[in-house]
Amino acid sequence: MSDPVTGSSGSASALLELSKLEVAYGGIQAVKGIDLHVDKGELVCLIGANGAGKTTTLKGICGLQPVKRGTIRYDGKDITGRPAFELVRNGLAMVPEGRGVFGALTIEENLAMGAYVRDDRAAIATDIERIFHLFPRLKERRRQTAGTLSGGEQQMLAMGRALLSKPRLLLLDEPSMGLAPLMVQKVFETVMTVSQEGVTILLIEQNAKLALEVSNRGYVMESGAITLAGDAKTLLHDPAVRAAYLGESAA
Amino acid sequence: MPTGQQEECLDIFLQQMINGLTLGSVYAVVALGYTMVYGIIQLINFAHGEVVMIGAMVAFSVINALVGAHTGLPPLAIVMTGVLVAIPVCMAVGYTLERVAYRPLRSAPRLAPLITAIGLSIVLQNLAMIIWSRNPMPFPQIITVTPYHVTGNTDGATITNVQIAIIVASVLMMGGLLGLVYRTKLGIAMRATSQNQQIAGLMGIDINTVISLTFVIGAGLGAVAGVMVGTYYGIAQYQMGFLLGLKAFSAAVLGGIGNLAGAMLGGLLLGVIEALGAGYVGDLTNLCQIASWSDAIATRCASDPNLTLFGSNYQDVFAFLVLIAVLIFRPSGLLGERVGDRA
Repeated sequence: MSDPVTGSSGSASALLELSKLEVAYGGIQAVKGIDLHVDKGELVCLIGANGAGKTTTLKGICGLQPVKRGTIRYDGKDITGRPAFELVRNGLAMVPEGRGVFGALTIEENLAMGAYVRDDRAAIATDIERIFHLFPRLKERRRQTAGTLSGGEQQMLAMGRALLSKPRLLLLDEPSMGLAPLMVQKVFETVMTVSQEGVTILLIEQNAKLALEVSNRGYVMESGAITLAGDAKTLLHDPAVRAAYLGESAA
Repeated sequence: MPTGQQEECLDIFLQQMINGLTLGSVYAVVALGYTMVYGIIQLINFAHGEVVMIGAMVAFSVINALVGAHTGLPPLAIVMTGVLVAIPVCMAVGYTLERVAYRPLRSAPRLAPLITAIGLSIVLQNLAMIIWSRNPMPFPQIITVTPYHVTGNTDGATITNVQIAIIVASVLMMGGLLGLVYRTKLGIAMRATSQNQQIAGLMGIDINTVISLTFVIGAGLGAVAGVMVGTYYGIAQYQMGFLLGLKAFSAAVLGGIGNLAGAMLGGLLLGVIEALGAGYVGDLTNLCQIASWSDAIATRCASDPNLTLFGSNYQDVFAFLVLIAVLIFRPSGLLGERVGDRA
């Protein structure tokens, strides 16, 4: 295991900070002691091939997968092993891989669940209108069950739902997976909009090119370890990254 | 007089329907307890019938004590007090079952909680026997059962005030539950949890609380059902939950387990099937119809014209015939969606 290049070391403004995080998935140690941090307001991506351990990392952060060793700090507090439902209440939301919408619930009900942790009914109604403004397709189908939506629409719903919890940190797991190119474009536009509104984002993607184009910084994960980290633009032009993830042969 | 005979037939039919709907609405309320728990954690809580029994026993104890104390309270107030004591007791039992017995087994193989449920059912029955003894507890004669004629015929079909109360209370509870599940935030959270616990957690839903509440609500409904069925038969005893529970479970399967509307429909249908079955099985299997086939039958029919193969004591068979038929022909139930095979 090579010594990971972690970019800047954890700073005071870090909203999320993983140190020496190890997560096992089944019997396999999928995450082998990674260091990663996301500063307030940043859009950071974690890229890597299928099976590199990206999703397991996110699950470890959210308490969906038990952490074997290492710590996770969120907003200065140790949240290692805290259950997901507590984290949402503190502003850490996640859009899981494969969307995870409630197929038998209507779109409105799905959105209502996004706002589950909130009590301000009037503000929730306003925010739902904003989500509908962002994704007009959802408004048209608000009373339909979410299972009837296309993959792209479900992704919109999953993101809209996560935003309704008013997150300070949003974890996105492969939002472009399985979507048509036009939808992928739309998803990335949305990610950028949300980021510009001040939400800190950790984005996991296999589509390395698009992810690096929208991000401030990036981490490259391989076999459970961070192998490269740094400024997104630099990584985008890094020959090793281009060769491995952007489908170019090394010059 | 052929018309008089027709009227009589209609009266008998109506009477069976009324009896069936009364019992059916109790089955429906009990079936909801099974189906809610199954819907959220795919567990068949076989101890639910015993929760219903405890509801009846607690309420009857309270009612008998109040009657014995000569408080001078009106009968309705006495019954309501019994119900209001039984509900929290059953809720506590339901909560405890989930917390102590089922939650630790949530990630265990399916068979483990199922066997646990059967074990709990036996434990609760025996506890009830220790507390209340083997002797049936009678419902004190405080409510005058008044029959109302539903047809012009003065000795025709009737519906009693107790039957009306049972049907109305059941409908109110079912309506209330549907309102809770489909109109409130908690209800949506319950449905979300039943679909995907992990994602529900990501929404900030504390699924343990939601699951506990599901048990508690089901047990509360069961408590009322226990009082209703006890009042209807005028008796409560420690074994009453077993058969009632199995029938309600059959009703839930008939409607499609996990489906609320299915449990209601299944309960009502089962009650009606049972009542009609019990009402007509004697006539249908009357051996005197075939008296000409055999001299032996003819001789016996001469002394007893009501010689039947199966009497109305076969009432309990129908619920299980229905269960078997559903499992063979439509395992997902009337309103259930197809699901993969689960233990």
